[in-house]
Amino acid sequence: MASDAEQGQLQPAPESFLSKDLVEDISREGINPGRRSLLQSAFAAAAASIAAPALMADNDPDIVNLPTWTRSLGKPVVANPYGQPSPYEANIVRRQSPGLTRTDQSSVSFTPLQNLFGMITPSGLHFERHHQGWVDIDPRRHRLMINGLVDTPLVFTMEELLRMPSVSRIHFLECGANTGLEWGNVAVPTVQYSHGMLSASEFTGVPVSLLLERAGFDRKRATVLLAEGADGSSMTRTINLENALDDALVAYGQNGEMLRPENGYPLRLVVPGVQGVSWVKWLRRLEVGDKPWATKDEVAHYVDLMPDGTHRQYTSIQEAKSVITAPSGGQKLLKQGYYDITGLAWSGRGTVEKVEVSVDGGRNWRPARLEGPILPKALTRFHCDWVWQGEEALLQSRVTDSTGYIQPSRAQLVAVRGTRSIYHNNAIQTWRVGADGEVHNVQLG
Amino acid sequence: MSSWVRAAALWLCTMTMTSWAAPLPEGLADLGRVATEGELAAWDIDVRPDFVGLPPGSGDVWAGEEIWLAQCASCHGDFGDSNEIFAPLVLGNITEEDIATGRVASLTDPAVTRTTLMKVPTLSTLWDYIYRAMPWNAPKSLSPDEVYALVAYLLNLGYVVDDDFVLSDTNMVETQARMPNRNGMSLDHGLWSVTGAPDVSGSSCTADCDVAVTVTSSLPAYAMNAHGNLAEQVRDWGPYPGLWTETGTGRETAAEPEQLAAASAVVEAVVAPEAALNAGGCSGCHQMAGQLVGPGFDAIRTKYAGQERAAYLRDKIVNGGAGVWGSMPMPPMPALEEDALQQIVAWLTSGEE
Repeated sequence: MASDAEQGQLQPAPESFLSKDLVEDISREGINPGRRSLLQSAFAAAAASIAAPALMADNDPDIVNLPTWTRSLGKPVVANPYGQPSPYEANIVRRQSPGLTRTDQSSVSFTPLQNLFGMITPSGLHFERHHQGWVDIDPRRHRLMINGLVDTPLVFTMEELLRMPSVSRIHFLECGANTGLEWGNVAVPTVQYSHGMLSASEFTGVPVSLLLERAGFDRKRATVLLAEGADGSSMTRTINLENALDDALVAYGQNGEMLRPENGYPLRLVVPGVQGVSWVKWLRRLEVGDKPWATKDEVAHYVDLMPDGTHRQYTSIQEAKSVITAPSGGQKLLKQGYYDITGLAWSGRGTVEKVEVSVDGGRNWRPARLEGPILPKALTRFHCDWVWQGEEALLQSRVTDSTGYIQPSRAQLVAVRGTRSIYHNNAIQTWRVGADGEVHNVQLG
Repeated sequence: MSSWVRAAALWLCTMTMTSWAAPLPEGLADLGRVATEGELAAWDIDVRPDFVGLPPGSGDVWAGEEIWLAQCASCHGDFGDSNEIFAPLVLGNITEEDIATGRVASLTDPAVTRTTLMKVPTLSTLWDYIYRAMPWNAPKSLSPDEVYALVAYLLNLGYVVDDDFVLSDTNMVETQARMPNRNGMSLDHGLWSVTGAPDVSGSSCTADCDVAVTVTSSLPAYAMNAHGNLAEQVRDWGPYPGLWTETGTGRETAAEPEQLAAASAVVEAVVAPEAALNAGGCSGCHQMAGQLVGPGFDAIRTKYAGQERAAYLRDKIVNGGAGVWGSMPMPPMPALEEDALQQIVAWLTSGEE
C-alpha cells in the first residue's frame, strides 16, 4: 500500500526545487529581497506537492512570510467593470472537441463540469451549440410574433415582454447529443467532453401559457407549437403544446442578467426537461398548430437510429441521468485518504429522488447525499464520502427520479437501442481510478 | 433541506404543473399588437409535411444544377457527396427497392455512411430548410423557383427523379410518394411527452449485483492527448490536477499561472482576430492552415505580408473577387464591421509568424 501511495505522488528531490540559475545567483551574491521571493515561491510550490504535513518540520513559509498581496495596496474598484475570474482559473473554459465538426459556426463547445460546484453553471461557461453561427441582436429591433391557430396573431416588442408578469426558475439544459460520442466505445478523455453539453441556469421570462392566453388559441385543435429563431438559420422545432403550457418560458434572463448572445440574447425558449435543440435561441416566432412540422432538425438530425433501421422522430425528453464530475477522467488523485465523490443528477420528467454511488463497477451501491434545493428538471448535486487507500476503483453513479425510473447501465441501454442512435445516451458512466491515482474514462462489459 | 427551501421547492413544483390561470391581469391585453398581413407573410415561411405554407413556383433539374454549382457545391460538393464540411447529402446509394418500399434498407448497415436523403422522410423539409437557411453565408437569398430547382437537382442526384424532371407546387404530393425513407420514421417511443413510458429500465440491485466489471473500452495511450494537454484543461491546483498528456514524460502539473499568462501575452501580439473572423463569417470558408472552401489564412498571410497590400486586400474583402486563388469566387462582405475589418486586414498583412 505504501509503495502505491508513493507512486501516486509527485515528490521532487529537494535540489530540483530551485532553478540552476537561481542557485548560482544566490551562491554568488547572497539573498536579496527579489531572490528571497523567488526562493519562497519555489519552496512553497515544492512543499505543496509533498503529501504529509508531518514532513514539514518548519513553519509554513506561506504563513510566516507574508505574501505580496498581504503587504501591498490592492487594485481599485471597476478595474474590471464586468468581473472576471481569477487568472489562476484560466484553464476552466469552454472547449471544442477537435475534429468533431469542420466549421466553427455549426459546432459545439463543452462546459467544464469537472471544476464546477453546485447546481448552476456560470453564464460564461454555459455550453454552446450553434447551427449557423451566433448573432448579436439589437433588442430594440427584436420582435416576438405569435400566430397560427390563435384568435389574434400578435407582435410583442422586448419592452412589452419585460413589462409582463415574469417568473424565474432553475432548469437544466442538456443537448440531446450529450454523451453521443460514447455510444460505441470510449472516445473522449474527460467529463467536459463526455457530458459537457449540459448546463443549468436560473431563467427569467414570461410563461408561454400567459402569452397564448393573451393571443387566445384554439384549444380543440391545437397540439403543437413551432418555435423559430431570428438568426440566419431561423431554426425551427416542433414543441409539445401540452408540456409547454405546463412550464415553458419565453426567457430573457439568465442567472440574474440578460441572456448571453451565445445563449440567445435577447430572447429564447425554455422548455424544461426537453433536449436543448428545442430551446430555440434568438426566438422570433411561436406558431400554434395541429400537426408537427418535420423541420430539418426533426428528420435529418435529432432522430435516433434504432437497430432495425427506423429512426425515432420527435424524441424530446431527457431521461434521468447522472455523472460523477470529481474525481473524473483525465484527473489524478495525488494522495490517499478522504475524498468527496461529487457529481450531478437530473431528470427531464421530474425531480431527483435518489442517487447511489458504486466504487466497484456497479457490484455494490450506497446512497449519496443529495444537496438541496431539489427542483424539478434541474441539476441536483450529490456527494459521497470515500476513503481511497490506493486500490483500483471503478466509480459509478446511478439516479432514480420521481417517476421511479432508474438510470440504466450501458449494457441495458445498448441492448434496446444499439450503438448508432447518437442521441439520448443516459447510460451510467464509469471512471477507473488506477493504483497510480490516474482517473480514466472506461466502459465495462 | 430547510423547511423554507422545501416549501419553495414544493411551490415551484405546483407552479410548473398548471397552465396560466385565467383571467389575465387587468391591462395585460394592452401589451402586444395585432400582426399585419405583411408581417405574417415576411416571417411565416414554414412549410409542413402536408405542404401547408408552400408558395407556388417551379424549377427543373438543369436550373438546379446551375444554382447548385454556383452557391452550394463549395460546401456540399458538385454532387452533394462531399464529406469535407458537412455530412454527405446524397451518395447515389438509394435503390429502386428503397423508393418502392419507402424504407432505406442500408440504414441497418453500420458500414454505410448515412446521408440526408437516406434519412429524410418528408419532401417539405428539404424545401423549407433550403428556403429558410441556405446558402450557408447568405440565408434567405433564394427565390421559391430557385428552391424548387435545387430540390429537383438533389432528388435527381439520388435517382429519385429523372434528368428532365420539373418540380412544382402541383407535383409535390406525387414526388413525396417517391421519397426513399418516407416510411422510415417511428413515433412509437416515450420521449415526446413528459409522461411517456420509458423503453429501458435500470436495475435497483444494491449489493453483490451480477454485473460485468471487465474494462472493455478505454482511450489508447496515443489518443490521450487528442483533445490537447489535459493538465491545462482542469484546475491546476487542488485535489485533482489533470494528467500531463502532452509528452507522456510523467509531468503531472501544468505550468505556473504566471508562466501561462506570460506565454499567452507573447502570443497575443500576433494572434489571429478570431472574434472578428467568426463574426464576419470568414471562418465559414477559410481555416487557419490549408484550403477549405477558400485558401487558408496561412497562405493569404504569406501572400499579403506587408502593409502596402492592405488597401488592395480591404477592397477584396469588402467587394469580393475571383480568380486570384482559383475559380471559387469570394462573396462580397459589405456588412463586416469597420473594427473587425481593420483587425483582419492588419493581421493578414502583418507578416508576423
